[in-house]
Amino acid sequence: MSDTLEPQGDLSSGLSRRHLLAGVGGILATGMAPAIHAQEKVVLRYLGTAVNQDKAIADKFKADTGIEIQYVAVTTDDVTKRAVTAPNSFDLIDTEYFSLKNIVPTGNLKGIDAKKIKNADKITPLFTKGEVAGKKVGDQGTAPKKVIFLEGEKSKKFATSPTQWMTLIPTVYNADTLGIRPDLIKRPISSWAELLNPEFKGKAAILNIPSIGIMDAAMVVEAKGIHKYKDKGNMTKAEIDLTIKTLIEAKKAGQFRALWKDFNESVNLMASGEVVIQSMWSPAVTAVRSKGIDCVFQPLKEGYRAWAAGFGLPTTLSGKKLDAAYVFINWFLDGWAGAYLNRQGYYSAVLETAKAQMEAYEWAYWMEGKAAAQDIKSPQGSVIAKAGSVRDGGSYEQRMGGIACWNAIMDENAYMVRKWNEFVAA
Amino acid sequence: MNTNTATSLRTLPAWWQAGPFGAVFLLFFLIPLALVLVVSFWHFSEYELIPGFTLDNYLTIFEGCASLTEQGDFCVTLSTYLSTLKFCFLVWLATLVLGFAVAYFLAFHVRSPGMQTVLFVLCTVPFWTSNVIRMISWVPLLGRNGLVNQTLMGLGLIEQPVEWLLFSDFSVVLAFVHLYTMFMIVPIFNSMMRIDRSLLEAASDAGASGWQTLWNVVVPLSKTGILIGSIFVITIVMGDFVTIGVMGGQQIASVGKIIQVQTQYLQFPLAAANAVILLAVVLMIIWGLTRLVDIRKEL
Repeated sequence: MSDTLEPQGDLSSGLSRRHLLAGVGGILATGMAPAIHAQEKVVLRYLGTAVNQDKAIADKFKADTGIEIQYVAVTTDDVTKRAVTAPNSFDLIDTEYFSLKNIVPTGNLKGIDAKKIKNADKITPLFTKGEVAGKKVGDQGTAPKKVIFLEGEKSKKFATSPTQWMTLIPTVYNADTLGIRPDLIKRPISSWAELLNPEFKGKAAILNIPSIGIMDAAMVVEAKGIHKYKDKGNMTKAEIDLTIKTLIEAKKAGQFRALWKDFNESVNLMASGEVVIQSMWSPAVTAVRSKGIDCVFQPLKEGYRAWAAGFGLPTTLSGKKLDAAYVFINWFLDGWAGAYLNRQGYYSAVLETAKAQMEAYEWAYWMEGKAAAQDIKSPQGSVIAKAGSVRDGGSYEQRMGGIACWNAIMDENAYMVRKWNEFVAA
Repeated sequence: MNTNTATSLRTLPAWWQAGPFGAVFLLFFLIPLALVLVVSFWHFSEYELIPGFTLDNYLTIFEGCASLTEQGDFCVTLSTYLSTLKFCFLVWLATLVLGFAVAYFLAFHVRSPGMQTVLFVLCTVPFWTSNVIRMISWVPLLGRNGLVNQTLMGLGLIEQPVEWLLFSDFSVVLAFVHLYTMFMIVPIFNSMMRIDRSLLEAASDAGASGWQTLWNVVVPLSKTGILIGSIFVITIVMGDFVTIGVMGGQQIASVGKIIQVQTQYLQFPLAAANAVILLAVVLMIIWGLTRLVDIRKEL
């Protein structure tokens, strides 16, 4: 089936690209300067984490449309900080859904008009309905469906049912779990509880981003049967106390070798063997593996902690730049970028268009959980999985269907951060 | 013409000369500091600062400090300050001993000014790369499978890798000493170079031993340098969060780290209140130090 679809896919994406190009030209022609000159001048300042700020994406987009992307790479926390304090310092924001609880009430983001997004109705139902393959997935924490729609373009409130105005158009998402060094652990790992298992004393690590780290800790607390949360992503003060207490006890017993804050730290901890089990991000596991070190992104019986990021527009954006931002978002959902991200182990928002840009064997490996028919290469061309290997966590449906909770901002966030500092100081 | 007009004629240009620095000081130091102070009394929510006056932020910082926590610890603020002060003291001691020794060697043992310059420049070589890189370069050396452990195990001195080499108090102090000893060397060397060499000869003529000369002549006359170096080192360590973070495996608390976490979560008033307290503590330490040595008299 894909054989017959592929050429069509190519054709249509080619056409639409030309379409877009003409569109940009038309938009720009209404401006003062001749289209050709104006085209060169549009520069979108793209604020986000480095996760999908890839040079290849910016280059390809510029080649396709003439619009330049200028990356402003900061940490997740800093994205929120800038969105709240300096909304004029960017033209396009790439942030996580859980941050919206802090950003939207400031009125610094405007609703994205779904009618102007060509593939809006093809965005995976995981975002709009919280479903994977027709089945509901866990919605503890800040599940995207809770915050994806606004009541109106300028609204500061989330809508409870779908509207025309979207807060973020999803870019990438994934479900996180523990990363392990099977060569150093030498036995199967199947539960989050293992993170605090004294067997790995001095060889475990946890994420030092409080709002995410506490979720991982909550997964452990539940797995150990200490407590069952009503919503891990929105704990009561007592639950926060309990979770932090569990962490402090483990820390005092010498459980943690280190805490990590950024991607590279987690890669180094794992690659150097300082740590054999830790909460980890999927591409970080790939990075360890690309050094020739055995590392597994271990599926666990309690499920995954999911996260999702998307594009948002600052309220102040208007005119040429606003149009260019829409061009970029449409281009991003059009398949090339999606395929590029899928090949790195992330998931793209519109699966259909990404599939059209991927080889059948690639799609089978990355998305269907099948054994690789040929060597799987990263977008940069290095082999990251040999023919015959299977992706950790299986297919898209298995992995995203196994979501237990989403990264979140709690109502008691301020209290949680304070308690987290207590954990670090203990 | 009376003396009054003469003085005012002389002071006017003096004011003009002090003006530019005064303006810079006002713009980049006093005004921001005043803002920090003001914000530390504001209310805040997750996404906005609400001007007003409240002592809540200060109260929050010291909440629970009256008693020990369930786990038998001091409250976050106290234990953080204790840990920061501990590092401050250890680093100060180590950099002072090392810095003094190096400066002494440069000032009194190296005779030719040319050689002195060469050796001095040599001391600054590590500063040619960023301090984060200098820090991170310790990791492969001290790690569980690092060079030091490999060597020790290769020599048969240990069976299991030594774990406290990295991500420990030891590695934090080591990195600090590595990074900041230079700040001790420079002012102490500078003080030593001003010491009149005939004083040393006089001490020796009067029958003083090497140690007596060192303790009764060199140390007192290097006091200013020691004090300036101490101020550098103490203020840096008190505010640091990067070194303690990287070398402590992110699990050792420091006041700077707490402020950083709070600003990341948009808790600016809390961070401001913490910064004000930190500033007060550092100023008290410096005030205490200047009681010991009158900087202006000595310079």
